[in-house]
Amino acid sequence: MAVKDFLRERFFPHLWCPGCGHGTVLNGLVRAIEELGIRKSDIVMVSGIGCSSRISGYLDFHTLHTIHGRALAFATGVKMSRPKLNLIVPMGDGDALAIGGNHFIHACRRNIDITAIVMNNRIYGMTGGQYSPLSGYGAAATTAPYSNIDHTFDVVELSKAAGATFVARTTSYHPKEITKYIKKAIQHKGFSVVEIMSQCPTYFGRKNKIGGAVEMLEYMKDQTTPIDSKAKAENPDLIERGIFVEKELPEYCEEYEKVIERAKGGA
Amino acid sequence: MERYRIVFSGSGGQGVITSAIILAEAAVLHENLTAVQSQVYGAEARGGSTRSDVIISDSEIYFPKVTQPNVLVCLTQEAYNKFSGIIRPGGLLITDAKYVEITKKVDARQREIPMYEAVMEKIGKPIVFNICMLGVFIGMTELVKPESVMSVLERRIPKGFLELNRHALQLGMDLTEGVRR
Amino acid sequence: MTENIKFVQGNEACVEGALYAGLDFFAGYPITPSTEVAEQMSVQLPKIGGSFLQMEDEIASLCAIIGASLTGHKVMTATSGPGFSLMQEALGYAVMAEIPCVIVNVQRGGPSTGNPTHVAQGDVNQARWGTHGDHAIVALTASNHQDVFAVTVEAFNIAETYRTPVILLFDEVIGHMRERLVIPEPGEIPLVERLRTSVKEGVDYHPYLPREDGRLPMSDFGSVHRYNVTGLYHDMWGFPSDNPKIVHGLSRHLMDKIENNAHQIAMVKEYYLEDAEQILISYGASARSALHVVVSRRNRGEQLGLLELQTLWPFPAEIVRDRCRNARSVTVVEMNKGQILEQVKHAVEAPERVFLANRVDGVLINPTDIRNFLRVIQGRGI
Repeated sequence: MAVKDFLRERFFPHLWCPGCGHGTVLNGLVRAIEELGIRKSDIVMVSGIGCSSRISGYLDFHTLHTIHGRALAFATGVKMSRPKLNLIVPMGDGDALAIGGNHFIHACRRNIDITAIVMNNRIYGMTGGQYSPLSGYGAAATTAPYSNIDHTFDVVELSKAAGATFVARTTSYHPKEITKYIKKAIQHKGFSVVEIMSQCPTYFGRKNKIGGAVEMLEYMKDQTTPIDSKAKAENPDLIERGIFVEKELPEYCEEYEKVIERAKGGA
Repeated sequence: MERYRIVFSGSGGQGVITSAIILAEAAVLHENLTAVQSQVYGAEARGGSTRSDVIISDSEIYFPKVTQPNVLVCLTQEAYNKFSGIIRPGGLLITDAKYVEITKKVDARQREIPMYEAVMEKIGKPIVFNICMLGVFIGMTELVKPESVMSVLERRIPKGFLELNRHALQLGMDLTEGVRR
Repeated sequence: MTENIKFVQGNEACVEGALYAGLDFFAGYPITPSTEVAEQMSVQLPKIGGSFLQMEDEIASLCAIIGASLTGHKVMTATSGPGFSLMQEALGYAVMAEIPCVIVNVQRGGPSTGNPTHVAQGDVNQARWGTHGDHAIVALTASNHQDVFAVTVEAFNIAETYRTPVILLFDEVIGHMRERLVIPEPGEIPLVERLRTSVKEGVDYHPYLPREDGRLPMSDFGSVHRYNVTGLYHDMWGFPSDNPKIVHGLSRHLMDKIENNAHQIAMVKEYYLEDAEQILISYGASARSALHVVVSRRNRGEQLGLLELQTLWPFPAEIVRDRCRNARSVTVVEMNKGQILEQVKHAVEAPERVFLANRVDGVLINPTDIRNFLRVIQGRGI
């Protein structure tokens, strides 16, 4: 199947700004699914609210565009009620970790077989550039005119601590890694998180005087490095890319099957 | 039949609510009577004073709460102090002889029964205090048959505990022998 | 004793009704006084191969059942006031995306944490208007366990028929008290099953294009038709649209599909209304006390009657107007500050003859309370 067969072409051009990193994520995601050869009708994509969430509308799967922060809760219901379906949940940083933070950690904890993609552009784009929990101390935003005093989450550390059994990170500068990690995440049995650092030139780049899309991509190239690289040893401030967690633990739907067996046996 | 408005009271953990449920369930499922059971909920699961209402009748019961019981059982002093005043004049008030010191101020047929003492002496397990109390109740009122209570217990508790409960129920009924109704 | 006679709490009667209706997916979060619903579901559902989920909060609970409804399951969640407040967001989503689901609210005293273990009926207007924006809603209630069972089945039927969330507005007294329940034989109460599209694979399927009878056939997520579901205003394929014509059309559809069928959804019980000079209107646990008063006064020859509402929303205004036409007085018996009273006043021809008998202290309004209110009303020469 060609890549464009996965798209709902009548909705293009998409609504993302020129230079936005989300299109690169869409590209990498479609290639991953194409390479895996999963039938379109076996995929349910659940998204919340924000720029990132609009990704579901462009893809020819069963698509559930829900409410802000709650995508993983909806996805949990879909998955539990039909475990054979592949659940992919793209979320923004605010969507996943501010308003949706509680749902996020509990989905990690349950280890339900869902692939969460956190498209982290460190800003609320759809509402016009307010700081998110990933903006970081010292960032500028329309709601942090005197510099942000909120400290940031580390998505990888948070996911690990909450119990996700697959955790990876890459950036929109590294589209091949996007495809590779999303592929692995979908194949992984259990809750998987792929953080993809994505650029928002319109708000984050402009507000923080980083420049346009090109400069932001260069920033992601320069400020990240593969896990355990020599560069990291020399410069501890670099952000690591790669697969941080990949382990097998009982998956939630399979565990629930055991509950059913116990209930029926005990009846 | 006369409509029975019953209140069982004691402290949380004594099993007064369970015994109220067993009584009402026995009436409905095994005596073809109408019954409604309700309870007052507090935040605490143990201790405090607890109360469960049961109405038993042969016709429809609409208002489910008991405002003036014609039978009131109090297993603790706190419950007695709190609830003895609500009894219907001339009603039957059963108290545990060890735990409750009664006053003469209540217009009721007060019967002090040594339930706790008997349970500890004859069975040695305080867990069946409530079933002994139920035995006293049905011994005094003859509202449901002991077999009906046992049928309910057979469904609700593990087989291994049935004999213990049967013993406690019988013990309660025996305690009412010779007691004026 | 036969197996189908039970002595149970109202919360358990609700579970039995849901299972009878074909529920096989429940998600919830513990909250007094509804917790027994979740507990019973966790016992019963695995036995029939169904799913029970305890979610991280009430928000997630309603979201999860909406997700499960989309794969073709009959779904429910249960909560009380504070949890129902949290659910308002996803409730609006279910309205907008037209997702069949049932939400139980076993009412306690509010606002806020309020009076958790005590009875109230203060969420009537919240059920109607709790979620933002113009919309229609269905809310049902009951005053005894046989009726709790029946209206629960009906809630699922309405949810499927109109592709809508349905709220079951019970209360602490009904939820917790125990009384007899007879489980009907299979088939005794008709069930409405999910209406699925007959459109074949490869043919354009319109999930949001109503048929001539107003119903919208669904397609399960995971089957051949891939479409979009959103809380945004959307076109007949489910894709977002802010085209004023589409927005207007959908807004009207969401209202009309319920309001235009209000007579079908209306459920009431009538006691001694034919010649009643004084009418009580009540619902839920309050209706038990009202019925107690009516039956005892009838035995003394007084012309008192009771109209018990089982459908609260859409408000059965026509029935109320018709039955109250010849009454000297109409007294609404409820445990709030007059939430149904206002509806009754709007419905009847003589609102000045409508009175409130209420109690808002966490104690079930009792027959003596009602008699005292009636005495005051009669004292005014009405």
